[in-house]
Amino acid sequence: MNMEIAMERMTQQVQSADPVEHHDSDDTKLFGFWLYLMTDCILFASVFATYAVLYMNTDGGVSGKDIFELNFVLVETLSLLFSSITFGFAFICAKRNKRIATLSWLLVTFALGCVFIGMEVYEFHHLIMAGHGPQRSAFLSSFFALVGLHGLHVTAGLIWMAIMMVEILKTGLNNRSITRLNCLSLFWHFLDIVWICVFTLVYLLGVIS
Amino acid sequence: MSIFGKLTLESIPYHEPIIMVTLAAVAVIGIVIAGLITKYKKWNVLWNDWFTSVDHKRLGIMYIVLAMVMLIRGFSDAIMMRTQQALATNGAAGYLPPEHYDQIFTAHGVIMIIFMAMPFMIGLMNLVVPLQIGARDVAFPFLNNLSFWLTASGAVLINISLGLGEFAKTGWVAYPPLSELAFSPGVGVDYYIWALQISGIGTTLTGVNFIATVLKMRAPGMKLMQMPIFTWTCTWANILIVASFPILTALLAMLTLDRYMDFHFFTNAGGGNAMMYINLFWAWGHPEVYILILPAFGIFSEVISTFTSKRLFGYKSMVWASGAISILGFIVWLHHFFTMGSSANVNAFFGVMTMVIAVPTGVKLFNWLFTIYRGRLRVTVPVLWTLGFMTTFTIGGMTGVLLALPGADYVLHNSLFLIAHFHNTIVGGAVFGYLAGFAYWFPKAMGFTLNERLGKASFWCWQVGFYVAFMPLYVLGFLGMTRRISHTDNPDWNFWIYFAAVGAFIIFAGIVLQFVQLYVSFRDREQNLDTTGDPWNGHTLEWSTASPPQFYNFAVTPTVSDIDAFTDMKEKGIAYQRYAQYQPIHMPKNTACGVLIALALTAAGFAAVWHILWLAIAGLMGAFIVFLVRAYSNGHDYYVQGDEITAIETAHLDAVAKGAV
Repeated sequence: MNMEIAMERMTQQVQSADPVEHHDSDDTKLFGFWLYLMTDCILFASVFATYAVLYMNTDGGVSGKDIFELNFVLVETLSLLFSSITFGFAFICAKRNKRIATLSWLLVTFALGCVFIGMEVYEFHHLIMAGHGPQRSAFLSSFFALVGLHGLHVTAGLIWMAIMMVEILKTGLNNRSITRLNCLSLFWHFLDIVWICVFTLVYLLGVIS
Repeated sequence: MSIFGKLTLESIPYHEPIIMVTLAAVAVIGIVIAGLITKYKKWNVLWNDWFTSVDHKRLGIMYIVLAMVMLIRGFSDAIMMRTQQALATNGAAGYLPPEHYDQIFTAHGVIMIIFMAMPFMIGLMNLVVPLQIGARDVAFPFLNNLSFWLTASGAVLINISLGLGEFAKTGWVAYPPLSELAFSPGVGVDYYIWALQISGIGTTLTGVNFIATVLKMRAPGMKLMQMPIFTWTCTWANILIVASFPILTALLAMLTLDRYMDFHFFTNAGGGNAMMYINLFWAWGHPEVYILILPAFGIFSEVISTFTSKRLFGYKSMVWASGAISILGFIVWLHHFFTMGSSANVNAFFGVMTMVIAVPTGVKLFNWLFTIYRGRLRVTVPVLWTLGFMTTFTIGGMTGVLLALPGADYVLHNSLFLIAHFHNTIVGGAVFGYLAGFAYWFPKAMGFTLNERLGKASFWCWQVGFYVAFMPLYVLGFLGMTRRISHTDNPDWNFWIYFAAVGAFIIFAGIVLQFVQLYVSFRDREQNLDTTGDPWNGHTLEWSTASPPQFYNFAVTPTVSDIDAFTDMKEKGIAYQRYAQYQPIHMPKNTACGVLIALALTAAGFAAVWHILWLAIAGLMGAFIVFLVRAYSNGHDYYVQGDEITAIETAHLDAVAKGAV
């Protein structure tokens, strides 16, 4: 092989520029976050299972029928469900690069989330004051744990949302903030689905049985 | 409550000479190591190149170092138990008081499973999986660093319990009601909870990270059914991690609420149900043992196919057998408590499911045998471990099928027969596998091969020691000796107890030889350098890199068209290509955030153990703030320039060319 051909082969072998970044790409981040949500799903499933096993163990205290107020929970549920819709609006605006509209819808979502958490805190406070705290029975322990676990997640979501709003206000809508908003969106809708399970399995079935 | 919560000077067990001597020894060793690091001015290297590294290879090595350190701790517990039982026959008291003995068997179990086997497995996975799939790193390098430090954080907490307070006296499963505040009022169970909780979260993140890695970052051309078998078995293990570790997280959180806030999940009073804990524990715990064993199966497969110079027999059946084991691993958990009053039909279902696992496992064993058949097996150290595994694990598997019969289990449960069985599978399966992987991939990680003679000597000590130590336990199980006994008074048992103690010392010799092997190999490293990066004539992509691999792994992302991608390249003559010019490579920068977050969470965990409220809050806040700083800072990455890559690649390829001659 003469020198020229050798050189030619070498230049052919120069690799083409790799457009894909090899770590932390947005697509991979979203997928990783989705996987994390599945682990969260199993966390909830474990606590749901515990509730299912313990909900009849009232130890002579109150049962779900005695303490659940469906009208109250309905308002709570609606505020959370509507917050999912408004988050959807926020995300559509973000995709269209409308910063102010995104921020406004996030603010509405945030407010609805706060209503939900406020009502939940009120419900918990009310129950504890009436002597139906989590220390009273296994049923109440698992009720507080399940609803509280969801509430903690929503609270974390709210803190995250507040930070997101500051980020968008300061740096605008760029790749990074949109990927993060996308993750938060997954998180928020996921919590909605979990709440539908809580509403059905804990509150609705609790009032029937 | 005081500013230090429940923590007082009385928490230091200075009236326990054994613990104080141990602490003194640990302190002396620590000071010597710190002194040596200072003398050779290595603190900077340690911090900049290792602790803050996001490189999967370095994290892998750190995991394995952690596993080795914890192996020493866990094995010390084992030796103490064996000598205590040997000295405390015929009604003698022995040298360990019962409350100390109870902590030792608990610590032994927790450490060996969570802080020895898991880091060892995850370390090998870190080291090898990205290389095998032709990736430059894992999907989330910073998260990987954080996962390691969270694991280390748990290990630190469990070691602090030695010198401050106590460890759990409940056995490694920490069943309530014993683990509830009413019966375990000390801090032991709290150490258990927080050590497992923090490291468990780290493990969950590892699972997420590696699933994303294999699904998103495989080299171009590599289909899922072309992934190297070790990567496949690790992937199944990661699926199991992601699906089972959250159960542990939930479980520990509920036990925490019971102990800290008087909830009634598992208590006797208030309508709690201890059985729920036991169910949830094993819904995690059973998949956990498959998390440990599956990657070991992958290692044996790699070793057998490499050292017979053949393609692995039945690759596809191997992948699906691993998948079948993973799924079955989730529907057998009840066999851990057949005796707790489920109906006969429930017990029968779980018994049958348990026995069914023997089928895919058998498929694997035959695949290994058929790979060896008509191959030219080179009997190296990794192969010895593999052959030792194949016999030992088969025995463990068969006693497992025996225990899977609910009727037999009623007789044998909670006896030493059970202890013998699970050591037979975990030591003879998982640990032998990791040690095979250690010998196999050591040159890849460190750049020189291990001393074969000492490796073989170590293997034989382990192998013989294992049988001498654990076969008597089967006999003792049949003779009715239950587990977790600190002293005995039954002359029929004595002989077998002494026999088992001898075995423990033979294994001890094996461990010592392992460390001697490391020392000798390091001393003679110049003679054993692995210059080509391919000391065993390997099949998969990790062997196409230098030893130790270039920090960017692959200068040019390889294109894959075969399961044995590197063999394929060597046959086609396209291995070791030189390029005139290289594109810059995008790399993540090292970061201290992982160390800092784990440090803050260790403080929070310690504070939670001792009820130091302000420190717990400060720790959590600290971790959150570091996380935010990391999330909102820029410049986490940089580009390695083409010239630098050319220099490194030329040096490597020259060395390969020289080695080939």
